[in-house]
Amino acid sequence: MKLTATMLACALALGTVGVQAKTFKWTSASDIPTWDIHSQNNALSNGIHAAVYESLVYYNSRTFKPEPVLATAWKQVSPTQLRLTLRTGVKFHDGSPFSADDAVFSIDRAMSKTSNFAVYTAGIDRVAKVDANTIDIFTKDPNPALVSQLTELRMMNKAWAEKNNSIAPKDIKTQDENFAHRNANGTGPFMLKEWQPDQKMVLNRNPAWWGKSEGNVTEIVYTPVRNVSTRMAALLSGAVDLVLDPSPQDLGRIRSSPEFKVVDGVENRTIFFGMDQFRNELPGSDVKGKNPLKDQRVRQALYQAIDIDTIARVTLRGLGQPTGALVSPQVTGWTEAVHKRYPFDAAAAQKLLADAGYPTGFEVDFACPNNRYINDEAICQAVTAMWARVGVRAKLRTLPLVTYFPMIQRYEASIYMLGWGVPTFDAMYSLQSLVRTVGAQGDGNYNVGRYSNPQMDALIERAKKETDLKLRTELMTKALALQNQDVAHIPLHNQVIPWAMKKNIDVVHRADNRLDWRLVKVN
Amino acid sequence: MFAFILRRLAQAVLVMVSVALIAFMLFQYVGDPVVFLLGQDATPEQVRELRGQLGLDQPFLIQFWYFLVNAVQGEFGISLRQGAKVSRLIAERLPATLELALVAGVLALAAGIPMGVYAALKRGSFVSQLFMTISLLGVSLPTFLIGILLILVFSVYLGWMPSFGRGEVVQVGWWSSGLLTANGWIHIILPAITLAIFQLTLIMRLVRAEMLEVLRTDYIKFARARGLTNRAVHFGHALKNTLVPVMTITGLQLGGLIAFAIITETVFQWPGMGLLFIQAVTFADIPVMAAYLCLIALIFVIINLIVDLLYFAVDPRLRVEKAGGH
Repeated sequence: MKLTATMLACALALGTVGVQAKTFKWTSASDIPTWDIHSQNNALSNGIHAAVYESLVYYNSRTFKPEPVLATAWKQVSPTQLRLTLRTGVKFHDGSPFSADDAVFSIDRAMSKTSNFAVYTAGIDRVAKVDANTIDIFTKDPNPALVSQLTELRMMNKAWAEKNNSIAPKDIKTQDENFAHRNANGTGPFMLKEWQPDQKMVLNRNPAWWGKSEGNVTEIVYTPVRNVSTRMAALLSGAVDLVLDPSPQDLGRIRSSPEFKVVDGVENRTIFFGMDQFRNELPGSDVKGKNPLKDQRVRQALYQAIDIDTIARVTLRGLGQPTGALVSPQVTGWTEAVHKRYPFDAAAAQKLLADAGYPTGFEVDFACPNNRYINDEAICQAVTAMWARVGVRAKLRTLPLVTYFPMIQRYEASIYMLGWGVPTFDAMYSLQSLVRTVGAQGDGNYNVGRYSNPQMDALIERAKKETDLKLRTELMTKALALQNQDVAHIPLHNQVIPWAMKKNIDVVHRADNRLDWRLVKVN
Repeated sequence: MFAFILRRLAQAVLVMVSVALIAFMLFQYVGDPVVFLLGQDATPEQVRELRGQLGLDQPFLIQFWYFLVNAVQGEFGISLRQGAKVSRLIAERLPATLELALVAGVLALAAGIPMGVYAALKRGSFVSQLFMTISLLGVSLPTFLIGILLILVFSVYLGWMPSFGRGEVVQVGWWSSGLLTANGWIHIILPAITLAIFQLTLIMRLVRAEMLEVLRTDYIKFARARGLTNRAVHFGHALKNTLVPVMTITGLQLGGLIAFAIITETVFQWPGMGLLFIQAVTFADIPVMAAYLCLIALIFVIINLIVDLLYFAVDPRLRVEKAGGH
């Protein structure tokens, strides 16, 4: 009798577990390089790490405003001092409590030499503990983007890191792995259970998590599948629930299937063309003694010769939204006005070229990646044909990303394609890298056409130091408008990222192309 | 015999160094790993610093020398993509590839030889014609297409087989085996068939041709004249003599199975060395690519050596020629 009762209890227990246990299986092309959260700044791993390690603040997945996570409140004490109040009662997965020491340690860790997170610690001078639940971050200059930067600085347990010899982030060049490379101990809603690099990763729900989850997933299984056809087959055969990067040509079929669906989201990444505005003569061009791309009219002619709506419809099949701005609508500084494109007008383009002294057009080098952005090569082929109609003979060469990016960074391309994502959701991130004159400390580090306008530099420098947020946003909008007026770059579209999944999966498509683990639902 | 082995080994070393050199030269053009490591926001100073730390700013010959010195000790440095020792990564991936190659090899032999024999004995019959047609398809269809077709039919439409991965593995010491669980066997079937098909058709055609050749020889006629049964003639005498060249070819093809597994492994996300290599290529992970190419070269060299020695052992004529006369 007693035995039966025990068995019944067991069965009940198993039964309830059976009802509640929800496994979410997903895939994308590659695995994360490491579990060390401050080692490599990699978009995929930042998104996956967020399930296990939390940051002080994190973007809300729906509004994309920074919201409290491990910090409950923050206040600018002085222009260079931010005070954060930390959440109490939070525990790491090993049971130790989260405190100010851990926060100070983690930010210091992200600032250390072997960390790759300099872009998120930029401007931070030092971090100090005030009391057990309060820290101060001191910046060298007023830094209005600091709170946004904190979204990618995740918190690690100080004692755990010290005990396991992982005080410094894993260095790429060091001899082999550190403990934190394969093990994890965060405060997040999921705990790392198993990781076989390139094969399988299993995360289990953290029963002691402080927050309240909207989702119902108890286990996350990630299996990277490199080949896109195999990845799609895995979804179609039911082996996975979601594919983060489905093949564009299969989307039509998936959309119309009763068992699957596609969730589209505008990625916070703008694709554009840059042009060499530095050289006095372009290599590979038939124009000798001068650089046609230095002439604003020529750049505008190239711009107006592009029929972007056709590209969006035919080449991208809806996976791009045409834009006239250098940043996407979610980014601070964006306005309707800067979003407006110069209209597509081949006749006007021809006239501009004639005015500039090239009535029969000219020959120019044109470089594109062929495995970086959605249909990148096809877009460039289409544009080459459109330019040919107004007389510009672009000599298109397409390269894989591993050779493409070093090439354009050596300033070797006359016209090049680039896509720029904005993890801080602040236009300064783009302005500083793309249109600021090439200089020190990240200024113009991807301004590989070497556009330079003193007026632009002045605007950006003023915005960098401006602490009045409204005024600062206005300055950035002005800079974006000036870029359009100068046609410093030719904006094309904001990428639309499709996720393919089974019908019974509910997710929120984040603009940074990552899943929010707290919101995943398996119905 | 000893001198022969020594001479072979010296040649092998030369081959290995050449492969290493060629591989290393190619890698100068595959791209810059620093771009990946630092992301698109890196400043030129950071890039310069990292290049210095990785030794990428050294002259080519010096980089190559360091590489050789380490390679001889079995060290290929740190993977730029995964930040782990390349030797460890290869050791983790080697079992998957070897098991796949082994199963595919056994499959190719077990199916290829009987089919070849049948096609030779029943020349002109419908089934033989069918075998020959299928073998033509097997030789001409690209591996990735076969793999995708198998996935489409058996995983997506029928739902019988898993579409990717290796399934459950059992750790036996440092060797991870998928052949000890039912789940592992289900996972290996499709990739093994995909990998085996080319070898299978090759073996089948070879066996058929050799068998036809042997059946024409005098001793088969005499055997028949003695009144031996067909069975004894075909399998006791003809097949035995057919298999000598087949064994040689099969030995060499085993190296091919391991090397050609790249495509099969990519299609089925089989976590072996080939997949590791392909992933390394897209990342410009030079240490892994170099180690892989050297390892494959080494495998080929070793198999060649063994085959040469086997020839020595199997074919008495070689020994006689060497021993006599001089």
